[in-house]
Amino acid sequence: MAGVAVSTTINGDNVEYLCQPDETLLDVLRDRLGLTGAKEGCGTGDCGACSIILDDRLVCSCLVLGAEAEGRRVETIEGMAHGDRLHPLQQKFLEHAALQCGICTPGFLMAAKDLLAKNPDPTEEEIRFGLAGNLCRCTGYDKIVRAVQDAANVMKGA
Amino acid sequence: MRYIRPLSIEDASGLLAGSTGTAAILAGGSDLLVRMKGGFVEPDLIVDIKAIEGLSEIRETSEGFSIGAAVPCAVLGESKALKKAWPGVVEAANLIGSKQVQGRCTIVGNLCNASPAADSVPALVAAGAKAVVVGPGGRRTIAVEAVPTGPGKTSLAKGEIIEAILLDKRPPRSGDAYLRFIPRTEMDIAVVSAGVNLTLDEQGVVRVARVAVGAAAPTVLLVDEAAEVLIGSKLDEATLERLAKVCSGACRPIDDKRGTVEFRRKVAGVLAKRAATTAYARAGGK
Amino acid sequence: MNFDPRYLDRNFTSVGTRPIRPDGVDKVTGRARYGADFNMAGQLVGRVLRSPHAHATIRKIDTSKAEKLAGVKAVITAADLPDLTDGDAAMYDILDNCMARNKALYDGHAVAAVAAVDARTARQALKLIEVDYEVLPHVTDVDEAMKHSAPLINEATFTEGLEEKPVKPSNVTKRSQFGHGDVHQGFGHADFIVERSFKTEQTHQGYIEPHACVASVSSDGTADLWVCTQGHFVYRQHCAQLLGMEASKLRVTSSEIGGGFGGKTHVWAEPVALALSRKAGRPVKLVMTRDEVFRASGPTSATSIDIRIGARKDGTITAAEATLRYSSGPYAGTWAEIGAMTAFACYRLDNVKTVGYEVLVNRPKTAAYRAPSAPMAAFAVESAIDELAKEIGMDAVEFRIRNAAQEGTRSSYGPVYGPIGIGPTLEAVKNHPHMKAPLGKNQGRGMACGFWFNFGGQTCTDLNIGMDGSVSLAVGTVDVGGSRASLSLVAAEELGIAYEQVKAVVADTSSLGYNDMTDGSRGTFSSSMATISAARNAIKVLRERAAQMWDIPVDDVVWEKGHAIAKGEKHGNLGRLSLKEIATASGKTGGPIAGHSELVADGAGVSFATHICDIEVDPETGATRVLRYTVVQDAGKAVHPTYVEGQYQGGAAQGIGWALNEEYIYGKDGRLQNPGFLDYRIPVCSDLPMIDTQILEIPNPNHPYGVRGVGETSIVPPLAAIANAVSNAVGVRMTHIPMSPPRILAALEAEQAG
Repeated sequence: MAGVAVSTTINGDNVEYLCQPDETLLDVLRDRLGLTGAKEGCGTGDCGACSIILDDRLVCSCLVLGAEAEGRRVETIEGMAHGDRLHPLQQKFLEHAALQCGICTPGFLMAAKDLLAKNPDPTEEEIRFGLAGNLCRCTGYDKIVRAVQDAANVMKGA
Repeated sequence: MRYIRPLSIEDASGLLAGSTGTAAILAGGSDLLVRMKGGFVEPDLIVDIKAIEGLSEIRETSEGFSIGAAVPCAVLGESKALKKAWPGVVEAANLIGSKQVQGRCTIVGNLCNASPAADSVPALVAAGAKAVVVGPGGRRTIAVEAVPTGPGKTSLAKGEIIEAILLDKRPPRSGDAYLRFIPRTEMDIAVVSAGVNLTLDEQGVVRVARVAVGAAAPTVLLVDEAAEVLIGSKLDEATLERLAKVCSGACRPIDDKRGTVEFRRKVAGVLAKRAATTAYARAGGK
Repeated sequence: MNFDPRYLDRNFTSVGTRPIRPDGVDKVTGRARYGADFNMAGQLVGRVLRSPHAHATIRKIDTSKAEKLAGVKAVITAADLPDLTDGDAAMYDILDNCMARNKALYDGHAVAAVAAVDARTARQALKLIEVDYEVLPHVTDVDEAMKHSAPLINEATFTEGLEEKPVKPSNVTKRSQFGHGDVHQGFGHADFIVERSFKTEQTHQGYIEPHACVASVSSDGTADLWVCTQGHFVYRQHCAQLLGMEASKLRVTSSEIGGGFGGKTHVWAEPVALALSRKAGRPVKLVMTRDEVFRASGPTSATSIDIRIGARKDGTITAAEATLRYSSGPYAGTWAEIGAMTAFACYRLDNVKTVGYEVLVNRPKTAAYRAPSAPMAAFAVESAIDELAKEIGMDAVEFRIRNAAQEGTRSSYGPVYGPIGIGPTLEAVKNHPHMKAPLGKNQGRGMACGFWFNFGGQTCTDLNIGMDGSVSLAVGTVDVGGSRASLSLVAAEELGIAYEQVKAVVADTSSLGYNDMTDGSRGTFSSSMATISAARNAIKVLRERAAQMWDIPVDDVVWEKGHAIAKGEKHGNLGRLSLKEIATASGKTGGPIAGHSELVADGAGVSFATHICDIEVDPETGATRVLRYTVVQDAGKAVHPTYVEGQYQGGAAQGIGWALNEEYIYGKDGRLQNPGFLDYRIPVCSDLPMIDTQILEIPNPNHPYGVRGVGETSIVPPLAAIANAVSNAVGVRMTHIPMSPPRILAALEAEQAG
């Protein structure tokens, strides 16, 4: 099996890699590039733990081939903070204790970032449906929804 | 295994036609990659059709809409014109999976995956949508209900690709709606579903109707008898009850992990009633 | 050193505040390393071959083709994990569960494993392993398994706990009984009796992180294991025993853990990864797929429960009886026993009897799941209690208040209660605005109570004071949901310093003495006790050093608010010495300053909760929607109230999922049909409302700060609370969990048909 050479942009940096044709972008990120922030909870697009943003669209990186990233823009959790300054969503997740075990947190943060980019002033219901592709087994979602609401308020004021 | 990203639909078709092993078309990948992960398929050739010009566009023409095979379902929801004309089709497409999945999945993929429970298919069938098929023999246009022939099976020949889905321009006083039953509020496969498409006359009487039921038989059912019940009515209570009964009766469901025969039968009727009511209101009926 | 764990009322400075957790930034930036996020140089990929049959004799396994595949470095079967358990039946079961020996006992049972250079090669190698199975009849239903005609899962099983040893083997491994008084007489005094049977289906803990580990065995017999676990010390013991290693030569590091809920208390993949690494001579990473997680790890028991409760017209319960049958998978368990203990724990009963039966089935080995066994028993009991209240014509809350256990009550499982929270949670619920909020059409409100024992156990903690006055706290209980924050608060409280001065870490097995695992809601209870003890030991050293610096007797030095103070007028001219000042001077006063603690944390305070739930039912489809949910629970003392709320909310959400949609669905062939998050339906964000919480604090007399465990009780009441709400909404009594739409619709139609 011949490897596929891919040139892409990840968190603003040009990245080149060689991957197998059937290798998922999640595996490329985690195993080839050392970006382990995206997690594999299911590998079938049902849990959202591997969420990334691909050309401004939220996707499960387990349902994208590494080869498909050619010429595209990939954003992962590792690129969310600006230097040592956390994104307001990251800060609010901490303040509201919107994580317990934290395995789903990177996926939720990417999904929430995408949600607020498209809808800066969401209702509780819009937040709940907007984040329905991300499973959390620890929190019952209450504190996650509140953190996103609070972050939306901060970001509107910014 | 090879991954190829052709630039023309003819090249894609040629690659598929010329392949010797298992070939798979990749658009959104939300079904293909799951099957690969589960070890159910190991394609020798993956043809990614997203670089083909025009396949990632929704075009509005004098006849209606042409939705390219690589258009993610999320994009359907962002098209105001399409949403206005075919709200039922758009809501069906935007029920598939999660936001993450909607950013990738396509209605053509949903159709060609040929699951009886596919969300967009009953809405497309009710809408009278057509599929443009390109293959070694050229281009042909067929009704969407002619594509799936059974669970996981389609009528497409080797080398054939669906290029686009066509939806007609809407006559005045038309509306469609799609409803599915799932145990959760999101992230589920339809246990049973119904799509209804209506056109009314100036008095609010149904003149044209199409009713489709999903996850109730090996393929999506177009229930002509249900359409006949609706035509000539103003969707009074008795008509809706008859509609429910006819739809329940048309079902040939199975017991499986997602629902029982009895449940699917009963709820198919309930959903048809509710979808018809919404479609009627969208068409301007009172 | 003697440690006095008794509760003393005090004003807290740090405890009870809500700071940001110390591991937080790493977790919101993707830097935190979980089980699958760790790699070693030269590491191989491990994969496990699993039985496709529910029950089959393994005649032969031929691995020769797999071994010949290029890139395959090791293939193992049960032969590579010889039986070293030396008659320890429980360990033998663990071994057999890790790798089937003579029989495959469930769909998903491991039968062989490979280590290869990459995932693709490992997958191909699995396909080349030939297993010759003789398929046997199977049984997956708990009631079916108890029948005489059922296929025997283990022919050497003779029911324990019967008066006479049975002559025939069966699938019932044990009978247990609890209670006191005379139920027969008690029912004789009853004006009303409710008798009902209930079933609950098997659920999975559903942690989002699959089991993952990296094992590295060296030729000198030492080994390292990186793993996501709730108890790395226990994993070390089990792995060392199963592989014939000395425990001290196996260093286990617990990664960040992506959820456990009891499911990461058992070894499955770890001994296999170690055996592969030993054979291949290279590190091996083994990560389960989601499918494997569902098929081969975790689940809770499926149950079948009969309840009988009688009461007088005035609302006094006169007798209560329960028969509980719990599936334990193909190996003996004590799940029904725990269910039998918890069933009536909320009530003050003169006559009570519970009997539990442990039942073998061809399903994965049952593992603990958050207050294991209690939710199912509570579902049955609390449903019957509601029904009985209705028959008597009493309000459901009043009826429970009238019969609630109190301090001094002899519990249904034996011990006499100290100060407890069941009464106060019921009073709080009675007065909660939620109970008075209006309801609409097809909406109903239900409430229910729950109990959990809470555990204590062996705990070891180190507290080291740096020369800059900052404090490192090394604990051995895995942090599953924020305990590093709460333990830092406790250290800060006891030392009288700021929370920010303390940094807590979870130490590996070579850096600290043995700790029991984080289960039974013991993490914060036990480790905070050990932290207080360690801090007190450190304070003793700090006082000694201050005395030395001042050149006064140590008895004249007291510790207050983070400072040494010389007491008495004779030392009036001496100022205070801060912890930092003493630490800075420590090099000249005797060296590093530390406090160590090893103890068995006794006296975990029992925990009670009462939940309220509003449900709307669509009578045409059987669909339910949770409209409002309130949790009231006793925490003893909430160390970090935000994380206590989080535990309440998370447990409630898991209970809601269990009540409404989660279940293992087996086909007639005994194979699991829904081993994925698509069809094993845990609640998604849009399924739930906000979950209101009310924390009560009834101090545990056996903990210096009054702390009780808080993690588990919250999953106990939801099944019954929702069942009661459905009953109040549409008038049908649901006796089968989950109350999925097809079940509710069928019940409604049966009711209408009369």
